Amino acid sequence: MNLFVEIAYFAAAILFILGLKQMSSPVTARRGIIWAGVGMVLATLFTFAHPHINSNYLLIIVGIAVGGGLAWKTGKEVAMTDMPQMIALYNGMGGGAAAAIAAVELIKQHPMSFTVQLMAVFGALIGAVAFSGSLIAFGKLQGIKQLRGAIRFKHQQRYNAAVFVTLVWMAFGITTSSTDYGMFTLFLFFALALAFGVMMTLPIGGADMPVVISLYNAFTGLAVGFEGFVLDNPAMMIAGIVVGSAGTLLTQLMAKAMNRPISNVLFSNFGETSGEAQEVTGSMKAIEAPDAAIMMAFAEKVIIIPGYGMAVAQAQHKIWEMVKQLQERGVTVKFAIHPVAGRMPGHMNVLLAEAGVPYDIIYDLDEINEEFATADVALVIGANDVVNPVARTDPNSPIYGMPILNADYAKNVIVVKRGQGAGFSGIENHLFFADNCRMLYGDGQAVANALIANMKEL
Amino acid sequence: MDGFLAIYIVMLAAFTGYEVISKVPVILHTPLMSGSNFVHGIVLVGAMVVLGQAEGFMEQLVGFIAVVLAAGNAVGGYVVTERMLDMFKSSSKGEK
Repeated sequence: MNLFVEIAYFAAAILFILGLKQMSSPVTARRGIIWAGVGMVLATLFTFAHPHINSNYLLIIVGIAVGGGLAWKTGKEVAMTDMPQMIALYNGMGGGAAAAIAAVELIKQHPMSFTVQLMAVFGALIGAVAFSGSLIAFGKLQGIKQLRGAIRFKHQQRYNAAVFVTLVWMAFGITTSSTDYGMFTLFLFFALALAFGVMMTLPIGGADMPVVISLYNAFTGLAVGFEGFVLDNPAMMIAGIVVGSAGTLLTQLMAKAMNRPISNVLFSNFGETSGEAQEVTGSMKAIEAPDAAIMMAFAEKVIIIPGYGMAVAQAQHKIWEMVKQLQERGVTVKFAIHPVAGRMPGHMNVLLAEAGVPYDIIYDLDEINEEFATADVALVIGANDVVNPVARTDPNSPIYGMPILNADYAKNVIVVKRGQGAGFSGIENHLFFADNCRMLYGDGQAVANALIANMKEL
Repeated sequence: MDGFLAIYIVMLAAFTGYEVISKVPVILHTPLMSGSNFVHGIVLVGAMVVLGQAEGFMEQLVGFIAVVLAAGNAVGGYVVTERMLDMFKSSSKGEK
C-alpha cells in the first residue's frame, strides 16, 4: 500500500479514538466530533491514491455525492425529536455498505484464505442483518402504521431460529467451499440474511428500540471491522472493532438500565408474565393549570421528569421558559432523567440541550433519586413507566425490578398527560392513583404555555 | 495480514472501545452512539477501494451501492452528531 495512504489511515485511526474519548465529556464533546470528522476526510481523500483503485473514479465521486448529499440534507433538516430514527437509518446504511463490500468480494470468486473468507461471509451476514433490522427500527420510530408495536405471530421464534440456523449453515458452507459456491447460493444467502434482520426486529416493541438501535450500531461496527480484514485495511479494522466493542458496552448499559438482559429484549416475552397484577386502589384526581402554577411557584424545590410525551409535544422550549420563571422566583429546579426515558438513552438530554437548558441542572437517576423526598413538587411530563412504583412493589409486574425515579416520594406530584390511558408498555401506573398525585390533562406544550401564563399573573 | 497480528489488533481495539465508553455520563449516551455511528462510516474507504477495482456490471452496481450507502453513513452520522453536540452548553455563561 502507498505510504501516504498508510500514514493517513494511521492518523485517522488515532483521531477516531481521541475523538470518541473527547465525546465522553460534555465540555470537550464538540471538539471530539470535529477531530473524528477530520480523520474521516483525511482517510477518504487519501484513499483516492490507494493503489487498488484503478478505474471507476467518476462512479466513486458520483456515489459519494449522491449518498453524502442526501444524508447531508436529511441530517440538517430533521427535527431534534426525530434524531433516534435518523441514527438508525444512517447506521443501517453503514451495515448495508459492509454487506455490499462483502458481496462484491464474493461475486469475484477469487481465492481467499480460510480466515479471510470466514470474515467476509460473517461480516456480510452481520452487516445485512444490521441493514434491514435498522430500516425496520427506523420505520417503527417514524411511526409507519404497519410496523408499529410488536408484531408477533405463532411460533415466530421457531421460524426465526430455523432461519438463523440455516444462515449459519450456509455461511459455513460458502466459507468451506473455497470458490465453488454458486451465484444462486450467494444470492439466497444475502436475501435470507436481509429477511432475518426484518424478522428479528418485527417482534420488538417501540419501547425497546433504543437497545436495538445500539445493538445494530455495534453490529455494523463489527461488520466493518471484519470487512477491513478482508480488504487488508487497517483504518476499517480499528475503527470497526472499536465501535463494535464500544457499541456492545453501550447496549449492555442500556439494557441494564431497563433491568432486562439483552436476550430478553430480543426474544422478549414482555407483557406475558403470569400472575395477577396488583389491584389499583384510589382514583385519578385532576388539577387545573392555575392551581398547578401556584403549587410550583411557591415551592422551594421542583424536580421535573420529562419523558417521550415531552418530545412528541415539542414542549422542551416552553418547559425551559417555565423553569426560568420559577428560577426568577427563587425556586430550585432540577431535571431528573431516567436512563431509558424517551426513545434512546440520553434522548431527553439532547432535547433539553436543544432548548438551552444547561446540563448542570440535569441529573441522572442515581444522582437525584434521594432528593425526591425533599422536593415539594415532582412534575412528570409525558413520562410513565419510568415513574411507575409497581417496579418496586409488584413482583408480578413485567417491569418489576427496573430502577425507577421515585417521584412518588415527593410531597406533591403533578402529572402532565394527554389522556387517561396506560403507557407505552400498557401497564397501569399506580403513581397516578396515589394520594399525593394530581393529573394535569393536556398536550405538553399547551400545558406549559398555560402554566407560564398563570405564573406571570401571580 | 498475519493471523496472530490480526488477533492482537482486534483485542487491543476492543479494549480501547470498551475503555473509551466505560466512563460516559448518561447525558452523552445518545451523542456518543451517534458519534460511534459516524466512526464506522469509515466503511466508505473500503467501498471506494472495492468500486475502484470492480469489473463488469454486477460488481460495479453493488460497489456503487456500497459507496452510496457508506457515504450516507459517514455524512449523515457527522451532521446529526454535530447538531446534537452543538446544543450542549453550560449554565456558567461566557464559557464557550
